[in-house]
Amino acid sequence: MTTTTQAPVRGAAEPGPGGRRRWTEKVLGRQPLGILFAAPYAVFLVAIFAYPLVLAVWISFHDYFFAAPGAQVDRPFVGLDNYRAVLGDPDVQRSFLNVAEFLVINVPLTVVLSLVLATALNAAVRARTFLRVSYYVPYVTASVSLVAVWLFLFSKDGLVNQLLGPLAPNPSWLVNEALAMPVIALFVTWKQLGFYILLYLAALQNVSKDLYEAASVDGAGRLASFRNVTVPGVRPATTLVVILATITGANLFTEPYLLTNGGGPDGASASPVFVMYQKGIEQGNPDTASAIGVVLVICVLLISLVNRKLLERD
Amino acid sequence: MVSTGSTTRDPRDAVPTRSDARDDDSTPSTARGGRRLLGTLVLFAGALVFLFPFYYMVVGSLRAKADTSVAGALPFGDFTFDNFIAIDSRVDLLGSLLNSAIFTGGVLLGTVVFGVLAGYALARLHFRGRGTLFAVMLLVQIVPFQLLIIPIYVMIVRTYGLADSYLGMIAPFLINSAAVFVFRQFFLQLPDDLFDAAALDGASELRILWSVALPLVRPALLTVVLITFIGPWNEFLWPFLVTKDTSMQPLAVTLANYISNIAGRAANPYGAILAGAVVLAAPAVALFVVFQKRFTGSELSSGVKG
Repeated sequence: MTTTTQAPVRGAAEPGPGGRRRWTEKVLGRQPLGILFAAPYAVFLVAIFAYPLVLAVWISFHDYFFAAPGAQVDRPFVGLDNYRAVLGDPDVQRSFLNVAEFLVINVPLTVVLSLVLATALNAAVRARTFLRVSYYVPYVTASVSLVAVWLFLFSKDGLVNQLLGPLAPNPSWLVNEALAMPVIALFVTWKQLGFYILLYLAALQNVSKDLYEAASVDGAGRLASFRNVTVPGVRPATTLVVILATITGANLFTEPYLLTNGGGPDGASASPVFVMYQKGIEQGNPDTASAIGVVLVICVLLISLVNRKLLERD
Repeated sequence: MVSTGSTTRDPRDAVPTRSDARDDDSTPSTARGGRRLLGTLVLFAGALVFLFPFYYMVVGSLRAKADTSVAGALPFGDFTFDNFIAIDSRVDLLGSLLNSAIFTGGVLLGTVVFGVLAGYALARLHFRGRGTLFAVMLLVQIVPFQLLIIPIYVMIVRTYGLADSYLGMIAPFLINSAAVFVFRQFFLQLPDDLFDAAALDGASELRILWSVALPLVRPALLTVVLITFIGPWNEFLWPFLVTKDTSMQPLAVTLANYISNIAGRAANPYGAILAGAVVLAAPAVALFVVFQKRFTGSELSSGVKG
């Protein structure tokens, strides 16, 4: 550190006063103070991400249970037993199917709605600020608050059913096995959409105006230029939106816990993270819960890779 | 290709400008205006759909009796603050708000202090491991936090015994990676000359950070505070797991427990729930409406995950 504070110039052109400086430069870099500045963040990343990731994998291969802090207990290696138990568990299978249903509804809806709304917003002349804020307000609000309103809106005698009258589903939305998951998918689409609209708005600024002019000269209407200029122009943003929406879906917890009262009815809206919570913390089996987590991470990575390949091929 | 209705005297008027060329297509201007109007109408209708639950939350929180009929959605009738009093008597509203504020404040403090340092180092200093740290930072953005919940729970609650403590609540959120990214992008786009001049004057790295970089950081700071605030303030799962003692729970957890356990006993359960929902939502919504300029796509495109 002392060597840098005395160094008059930041450039590498200045040779060090002695061998010691050149030695530190080689090992620590030109400005070793950076290590000190970045250290808290690096330690944080190791403690909160890298180590838990390794620990999750380790736990999933052992017969692990909770013990009092500091207690020495034996936790034998059990190979793939936890994975076998998890993959054969109908509750777990159900939760993965539920989240698949969620993604099939949520991801395409998110991509289409956010791109169309961002395009319209980009062209809008009036009240852009009001519109932009209206669309992202659900994103910045706590899920718990919004779930409270949706509970009220979608309850048996709620406003939605009052408006539908005889068309109201029976059993009602949140206690209907076929409808609980779609309502959650719709809720999350609504809540997150504003964020993706902002991502698309930024991406739209990078689409060259000349391309629109060229399309217009060629006689392309609005729809044609949307399809041939906008959609390909924002493709990298689309990849990002699909991957982020998939990750958000894999993380689903608050909505099944509160909106459908614990993954109900009868597990029809239980998500993998909710089952992880039940098995790991409520029932005290962190080993099987960790195995669910590892399987889920692998699924998310695979989906992301496939999406990238599909969306970026030309 | 006539762009305006007036007769063209100046020959330059006959040449369409850039914006004219973009607007101009074969359709007559009335149809074009009609379509633009349609687009605007769709946007406004969508905005109303997006805002309606917020409006309904406020109206519902002010009604003495829950009214789920269509008329109940209209802003008429007797309004009362009884529901706010009811939720405050059922749960410790002020205590929960205070816990939320401490949780959020701790995360903001950690993110601002350590995030500025890390962002500055990543943008401006050459040190061993910079590339690795940057790569890990990007990687972290796609590792879903919820999936690490079991090992983090094991570490914080079981190994370190930090259940029901602010430290245990704050630790997993201490430094927001998206905020580090925003700081890095900000320091990266400052002109090199600024730093070179200070270095030529013999200023140390520490001094350059303190007197050159930090005084300029304010716009990035506001963006960072906004995107960091909504994390802990709205977070439910982690504080829910780490706090069993109700006097330690932040408002999101208190309200969720109220919804799932004890709401049935209040005179107007929905009214009390919605009153709590309004209290939880208000600070974040207010912050983002007031500082909406700092929350745009270009501010965020760097920050990937909010």
